[in-house]
Amino acid sequence: MSGLLEPTLYIIKGIAILDNDGNRLLAKYYDPSIFSGVKEERKFEKNLFQKTHRANAEVIMLDRLTCVYRSNVDLFFYVMGMSYENELILVSVLSCLYDAVSAILRKNVEKRALLDNLDLIMLAMDEICDGGIPLETDPQVVSQRVALRMEESPFNDQTVTQVLQSAREQLKWSLLK
Amino acid sequence: MIGSFKQIKKDEEDGGGNPYHSTDKTSVLQEARVFNETPVNVKRSTHVLTKILYLLNQGETLATKEATDAFFAMTKLFQSNDLVLRRLVYLGIKELCNIAEDTIIVTSSLTKDMTGREDQYRAPSIRALCRITDASMMQAIDRYMKQAIVDRAPGVSSAALVSCRHILKESPEVVKRWVSEVQEALSSDCVMVQFHALGVLHQLRKSDKLAVTKLVSKLTSSSLRSPYAICLLIRIVARLIEEDEIGYDSRLSDFLESMLRHKAEMVTYEAANAIVTLKRSSARDLPPAISVLQLFLSSPKPTLRFAAVRTLSKVAMTHPNAVTACNLDLENLIQDVNRSIATLAITTLLKTGSEGSVDRLMKSISSFLNDISDEFKIVVVEALRSLALKYPRKQAVLMGQLADMLRSEGGLPYKEAIASTIITIIEDNPEAKEKGLDHLCEFIEDCEHTTLAVRIIHLLGREGPRTRQPSRYIRFVYNRVILENAAVRAAAVSVLAKFGAQCEGLLPNILVLLQRCMMDTEDEVRDRATYYHAILATRDSTLIHRYILNPPQFALPSLERALVQYLQSPAVEPFETRMEERVVPTHEKYAEQLSAIPQFAHLGPLFKSSTPVELTEAETEYMVRCIKHTFQNHIVLQFDCTNTLNDQLLESVSVVVDGEGWVVQTSLPCASLPYSQPGSCYILLPIPEDIMSTTGTLSATLKFTVRDCDPATGEPDTDEGYEDDYTLEDVEITVADHVQRAARSNFAAGWEELGATNELEDTFALSAMSTLEEAVTQITQFLGMHPCDRSDRIPEGKSSHTLYLAGTYRGGHEVLVRAKLALADGVTMQLTVRSDDPEVSEVIASAVG
Repeated sequence: MSGLLEPTLYIIKGIAILDNDGNRLLAKYYDPSIFSGVKEERKFEKNLFQKTHRANAEVIMLDRLTCVYRSNVDLFFYVMGMSYENELILVSVLSCLYDAVSAILRKNVEKRALLDNLDLIMLAMDEICDGGIPLETDPQVVSQRVALRMEESPFNDQTVTQVLQSAREQLKWSLLK
Repeated sequence: MIGSFKQIKKDEEDGGGNPYHSTDKTSVLQEARVFNETPVNVKRSTHVLTKILYLLNQGETLATKEATDAFFAMTKLFQSNDLVLRRLVYLGIKELCNIAEDTIIVTSSLTKDMTGREDQYRAPSIRALCRITDASMMQAIDRYMKQAIVDRAPGVSSAALVSCRHILKESPEVVKRWVSEVQEALSSDCVMVQFHALGVLHQLRKSDKLAVTKLVSKLTSSSLRSPYAICLLIRIVARLIEEDEIGYDSRLSDFLESMLRHKAEMVTYEAANAIVTLKRSSARDLPPAISVLQLFLSSPKPTLRFAAVRTLSKVAMTHPNAVTACNLDLENLIQDVNRSIATLAITTLLKTGSEGSVDRLMKSISSFLNDISDEFKIVVVEALRSLALKYPRKQAVLMGQLADMLRSEGGLPYKEAIASTIITIIEDNPEAKEKGLDHLCEFIEDCEHTTLAVRIIHLLGREGPRTRQPSRYIRFVYNRVILENAAVRAAAVSVLAKFGAQCEGLLPNILVLLQRCMMDTEDEVRDRATYYHAILATRDSTLIHRYILNPPQFALPSLERALVQYLQSPAVEPFETRMEERVVPTHEKYAEQLSAIPQFAHLGPLFKSSTPVELTEAETEYMVRCIKHTFQNHIVLQFDCTNTLNDQLLESVSVVVDGEGWVVQTSLPCASLPYSQPGSCYILLPIPEDIMSTTGTLSATLKFTVRDCDPATGEPDTDEGYEDDYTLEDVEITVADHVQRAARSNFAAGWEELGATNELEDTFALSAMSTLEEAVTQITQFLGMHPCDRSDRIPEGKSSHTLYLAGTYRGGHEVLVRAKLALADGVTMQLTVRSDDPEVSEVIASAVG
C-alpha cells in the first residue's frame, strides 16, 4: 500500500448521533469490514463518546477511523472515515448533517426535539449519505427535501405553548441575524 | 399506587426522556397491523414505521418471517400519498430487503414512483428500487435509468448515479450500457452530480489504463466545478503518476501543483497530501505543498490543523528537512486544546528537531500523555524509538520516560509498543541494558498481560545471565512463579533453568527453587521443573548445553514424517533426531512430492531443498528452473519446464547433465509438455564418496521431441515429431546444498561444547566486497547457514564485526562458524570452523577459498 488515497466514492464509513450518556440515538455504518456486529459498534460508540464528550476538539482518530464531531446541549454528531481520509470532506458532511438537523428542528438542536422528529431526521440522514457515498452536502437542499410536511401545515399538532415558543425562537433568530 | 409511581420515575431515569426507550420488538410488530387500515391512518402509521426503523437502527434483528410480514404490511402504505410516510416506506424497503423474502413485489410501485411527476418521490424511489433489483431485472428499467441519469433535477440524477455505483459491484456489464449518459452527467452544473458521475466513470474504466489517461487529460484541462469531483480527480491523477514507471507526464504533476492554489481548502489539502505522499516526489517538489500545509497549521479550524499536522508528521519520516521550515508553527501547536493535534505536533518535532530540544519536548509530552487515546500514545512511543536510535546519548532520558509510560494506564498494544521499544534500545546499546532490564523487571511485577509478561521473562532468561550481577534478576523471576498464572509460571521456570545453566555460582540455589516448583498445581509447570531439575542436577555440561541452552528445535511436520518412516522401517537402532533439527520447514511440500515418486522412495528423508535457480533467460522459447534436493547419499535435480511456444507440443522432455565425478543413476523424463502448462523432469545423482569432491559444475541440455500443433486448439498437426535440444545454463552444486540452516539460541555455549578438536582456521581477503553488510550477506548465503545472536545486524559506523553461523551438514553433523570481519580496503576475514567431524570442517573452510 503506497499511502495514496483510494479514488472512490465510498468516503463515509459511518454516521452516528449519540445522546449525552453516549447512547445511540441513530447510527449507520456503511462498511461491514470495520465492525463485525452491533456489539462492536456499540463498544466503539461508548469509547468514542468517552474520548470526545469533554473536549470539544472536532476531530479524533480512533480504532483506525478518523472521526469528526460536533455537539450541542445533549446531542453529539459524528461522521467517520478511514484513518487517512481527507478530514475536510468529512467535516463538510458533518456540517451538512448538523445544519440540516438544526433547520429541521428549527434551531432547537436538543435530544427531545430530535426524538419528536425522528422520522424526518432519519430521512435527512438517508439524503446525506447513501451506502457510504456522500449524496448531498448542502444542508438547505437536504432540509428542503425532507421537511415538507412542516411547510404544508406548520402548526397542525403543536400546543399553544409550543407555537409561542417557536414564534419566540424565530423572532430571536431574526433579531440575531 | 406508590409502586407504579416508582416505576414511572425509573423509566424516566433509564430512558432519559426517550419516548422510544421502552419500545420492544413484539409489540411494535403487533402495532404494524395499523398499516392494513383503509383509508391509511397516516399519523399512526408514520409513528409505528418510525418505531420499526428505530428498532432496526438500534441493532434489533428480525427473523425472516417477521421481516417478511412487516414488509408486506408496509406495501399497503403505498395507497397513501403523504410525502413523509411514502419516503419512510422507501427507507423501510431498504432496511428490510436483505432479510425479507419476495421483496420484488414492490418493483411496480417503485417504478411508478420513479417515472412519475413528483420529484420528491423520484430520487429516493430510484435508490430503493436499485437496492431490491438484481441484474436480470435491470433490463426492464434500463430505459428509465438512462433518463434518470441525465435528468434535469440534480437529486434524481445523483440518486441514479449513486445507484449505478452500487450496482457496479455486482453487475458491471449492466452499467456499461449507460456510459454515454454518465459521461453527459459529468458536465452537469451541480457539484454532487459531477462528483458522482466521475466516480462511476472511473470505476467503469479503472482496468483500462489508456481510458483513464484519456479521461484524466480531458478533465485536467477543462475545469471541474465540484470540489468533491476535483478531490477524486486528484486521487486518480496521483495513482497514475505512481503507477507510471517510465512515461511520466509532467502535465499531471503540473495539475497537482496548480490545485494547491484552488479556492476550496478541501482541494488544496487533497493536492498537498497527494504531492507529499507520492513516492516519486523529490525534496524539490515538496516545498509548495509544505507551505500550503504550514498555512493550515495556524488555521482557527481544528480539523484543518489536524489534517495538516498529521500529513506533516508523515512527511517528517521520509523528508525531515523539508518540514523544518514549519518547526515554529509546530511549537505553537504543542499547547493545542485538541490533544491529538498536540501529540502529532510533538512527534513531528521529535523527528525534525535537534538533539538539544529533546529534553524540553519530553517534558511537554508527559504533561498530557494521560489525556490522549492509545493510538496516539503508540505514535509517541514510535517517535521515541526512532529518536533513541538517532541520539544514543539521550537514551537515559528516553528510557526514564518510557518507564514512566510503562507504569501508567494503557491497553496491551500500547504496553507492547513500549516494551519492544525498550528491548530495541537494549539490543542497540549494551550500556543501556541493565537499566532497561531493571525497568522491565519492575513492570512485570504488576503486569496484567500474560503474553507480554512471558515475552519479558524470556528476554530476562536470554540477557540476564550475561549481566554483571545475574542473581538480582532471580528474585523477580521467582516472584512470578509464586504469584502468576500457569503460562507465566511455566515461562519463569524455564528461565530459572537458564540462569542455573549459565551461572555456576547460582546453581545450588536454582536447584532449590526448581524443587519447590515441582509442587505446582499445573502439569506443564511441574513437568518443566522436574525436567530441568533432573538435567541441572547431573551437572553434565554436554547435557545442559544440549537440552537447556540450545534445545533441539524441530519443524514439527518433518519430525512427524521421520517418526512415521522410522516406525515403518525394520530398524532396531534407537530413533535419531539430529537429522530433523531444522528451522526451515519449507521443503515439506517437496518432501511429499518426491516421496510419491516410486524411484525416489528408497532415498530416505529429504535433507534440504534449494531455492529455484533459473537455467534460462527470461522470455525465451522454453523456461527451465532447477531445484536441488539433497538426501543422505543422493541429490535429485528437479527441472520445472514451461513451453512458451503455442504452436509446439513437446514430448519426452528430459535434461541431460554432465560433470566430472557425477554419474546419472536415473533420469525421469516428462512425457508431454503442452503450451504454457509447466511440467517437471528429474535426475537422480549419487553423491561421490569423497567428501572433497561433493561440489561441482554440471553442464545441462534440454532434450525433447517437437510436434507442431495448431495454436488455437493445441492439437498436434502431425503424428511424427522431430528431435531437438536446447542448451541450458550450468547447474552448480555448492557447499550450501549440503548444509541446512540451524538455529542456536546460545551460540557461545554451543561453540564451547563442540570444542577445538576439529577446529580449522584461515584468513581470507575478500577484495570484491566494499562493505561489511555485503560480506555478511554473501558469506551467509554462500555457506547456507543461519546467523546467530543477531550477528547478521551490523551497528552503524563500525569497521569490524563478528558473524556467528550455525548449520547442520548432510549426515547430521553440527557445524559452527565464526567469521571475524574487518573493513580495510576490501574486507578481511578470519574464518574459524568447528564441527563434530574433521572432514566437514575442512569442506566448509576450503569452500570459502
